[in-house]
Amino acid sequence: MFSEKGVERLLSVIAFSAISALALIALFIFIEGIPFLLKYGIKDFLLSSDWRPESGKFGIYPMISASFWVMLGAMLVGAPFGIAGAIFLAEFTPKTVMHIIKPAIELLAAVPSVIYGFIGVVVLAPIIREVFGGPGLSLLAGAIILGIMILPTVISISIDSILAVPASFREGSLALGATIWQTVHMLTIKAAKSGIIASIILGMGRAIGETMAVIMVTGNAVMIPNSALDSVRTLTANIALEMSYATGMHREALFATGVVLFIVIIFLNAIASVVIRKKVITK
Amino acid sequence: MRVSPKYTQIGAVTILGAATAFTVAILIFIIIFVLEKGLPVLSFNFLFTNPSDMGRSGGILPILIGTVLLPVLAIIVAAPLGICTSVYLVEFTLESRVTRLIRFGTDCLAGVPSIIFGLFGFIFFVTILGMGWSIMSGGLSLALMILPTIIRTSEEAIRAVPKAYREVSFSLGASRWQTVRKVVLPNALPGVVTGVVLGIGRSIEETAVVIFTAGSSLLIPTSLFDSTRTMAVHFYILAREGLSMENAYGTAASLIIAVLIVNLTAYWMMHRFIAKRN
Amino acid sequence: MKKHLILFCFITAVIFFGCGKGKVSVTLAGSTAFQPFAEKIADEYMKANPNITITVQGGGSAVGIQSANSGAAQIGMADLVKLPDEAKELTSTIVAQDGIAVIVNPKNKIENLSTEQLRDVFNGKINNWKEIGGGDEPITVVSREAGSGTRSSFEKIVTGIKLVDKAVIQNSNGTIRETVANDENSIGYISHGILNEKVKGLKIDNVECTTESIIANNYKLVRPIFLLTKGTPAGEVKKFIDYILTDEIQLMIKKDGLLPAK
Repeated sequence: MFSEKGVERLLSVIAFSAISALALIALFIFIEGIPFLLKYGIKDFLLSSDWRPESGKFGIYPMISASFWVMLGAMLVGAPFGIAGAIFLAEFTPKTVMHIIKPAIELLAAVPSVIYGFIGVVVLAPIIREVFGGPGLSLLAGAIILGIMILPTVISISIDSILAVPASFREGSLALGATIWQTVHMLTIKAAKSGIIASIILGMGRAIGETMAVIMVTGNAVMIPNSALDSVRTLTANIALEMSYATGMHREALFATGVVLFIVIIFLNAIASVVIRKKVITK
Repeated sequence: MRVSPKYTQIGAVTILGAATAFTVAILIFIIIFVLEKGLPVLSFNFLFTNPSDMGRSGGILPILIGTVLLPVLAIIVAAPLGICTSVYLVEFTLESRVTRLIRFGTDCLAGVPSIIFGLFGFIFFVTILGMGWSIMSGGLSLALMILPTIIRTSEEAIRAVPKAYREVSFSLGASRWQTVRKVVLPNALPGVVTGVVLGIGRSIEETAVVIFTAGSSLLIPTSLFDSTRTMAVHFYILAREGLSMENAYGTAASLIIAVLIVNLTAYWMMHRFIAKRN
Repeated sequence: MKKHLILFCFITAVIFFGCGKGKVSVTLAGSTAFQPFAEKIADEYMKANPNITITVQGGGSAVGIQSANSGAAQIGMADLVKLPDEAKELTSTIVAQDGIAVIVNPKNKIENLSTEQLRDVFNGKINNWKEIGGGDEPITVVSREAGSGTRSSFEKIVTGIKLVDKAVIQNSNGTIRETVANDENSIGYISHGILNEKVKGLKIDNVECTTESIIANNYKLVRPIFLLTKGTPAGEVKKFIDYILTDEIQLMIKKDGLLPAK
């Protein structure tokens, strides 16, 4: 019913849906945020650690550093466990068992972040408070909860990419007398690398973009963390916490926070896609 | 000293296995924690009566309705867009600057924090388009949010279909579009369905976007332009404001069960499909 | 882009044809302090007037002001001591007064703080409970986010507060109550309307935060609650606001911990 050309043209238009959505979102966030940045000064906004909207001080350095540390912490928790789990399930577990565990883990990606956050508040924070001191609602709590939250993303996509490595690679290596582990770490992981990196990028995106769970467990204090036990506020939390009550300059400053988040994410993705492309070319 | 590859393997497997066990244990703990406290609250009455006193007592009927409507609307909008995009990327173009741009845009959209989708939805759908806090605003905002998930997963799935299949189809004189419809998509379907399921999952679990765009009304919606509340939002408000822990756990348990049902249905469909094909 | 245009047209069409319903609807949005009361009042009102739908949204005072300005809600709710410039064009009606209770964990021995001590605790000058007669434990200060009506009212009345950096920030009254209920070393402040047995309200300068002491004008921490409308309220909006100001409803909100408007 469609002509071949017509279909192709329609698809080529639709293919731009994601990028036009991105452009539209960027446009609206920038319209609200850029005028503030120019007025207030980009340097003051980014590098000052004084966030006192009531007296017209808008420095988001503490939030930038908090977002960075929370994300790094989450990666330290989530990536090793996630990748180890993916390798174990894909290579050392009987197929039938893997086909039960993998869907179960994917299911957990759909557990609402508010539930993770809630468990962070009622289970994790009191433990941290009692064992290490501090308010409990802290950078550490945020990193652990986010690390757990990104596990399903990392595991699921890594498994797919490991399984996508052609069986002939594996058989060849095994036939040459290599053990499964030698095959895995010398061959399979390298062949599946771009998928594994993609899984980590998605995990990072999730960690830096997560809002509700972070608001619940990090305590949201505006300070540059001195230790993992300090309470911190991420960029996302800054927006979500204050947006509802913000007016005037304060509201614009929160949109400017959104602009910063946006740019950070574009930057992250630029690095990531360069890494992946290089991999494809050298292969 | 060189350790024998056999022992290295035993060591590696032990470490990997322990990490896996730990991961699975944490995840199981979370499910059990919620279900243990929530299941006793769950009943036919809880699910199908109206809440009263801001949800302190009564059930979650309107919330149940909202939790179904929002993800359904989001999928209706996002799934065709996402699947067409991935078909285009894999089947209709060669790697070029344009595909890289599209892929980069998709990656970026995937990384955009949900709070920003919420802000955007609030300015664009709620205010500028005048839809108010409504199922429509919420569904459309969620659709944008899950679009990258669907594109990425479908793209992987379509790419995973062996080249030989396409070559056979072309050699039999099929056009590109016929090949996509008759050969590529059927073979990629399990992966595509997984992407859609992940999308449904993301919309059910999302809280920030929904609060900003669909509001948090507790009334039963009578049109797509009424405000509503999903179970995730209801749980957040009940638990965080300390309104009723009992109802909060009940809501959390229903939420997790809903997610279970959606996913298991999808997996069942996928397996039936594979079985039929063979 | 073409697809977006089509989508856009489709949406516009649906809006045009989808909204022709017979039911009148009024939306309130804003202050989380007044939200529970508004919902309860709306329930009562809808029982008496079944052809009207009243929707209540939270969001906070700024959302109340914005949505009243933009028309997303016919009535905005705000709980600020002083309304910001954005609200200049809106008509405001005071519908209630609300006390701010300073709360600690019930396990805390402290019963009373002077205004001076309260200020020093929130400034971080006092950071251990033993300095003000409690156990030897660090104080966790819990406060609202910048821009919150409750916070700006609190700081305006106590005066001289430059909130300590390490203060934990939560964005609603209920959440502050939960945080303080969970952490034995914490101190926070919430709307008097939602004070309950999970936390302990402190006396300030030896005056307890009760409805009686607020009405008698002994308790200092009190702020008004505004309903904001674009232009003078008319029609169903006016009827609903008038309904809130009837003696019956004023008595009802008083029973639940808020104070009458006058």
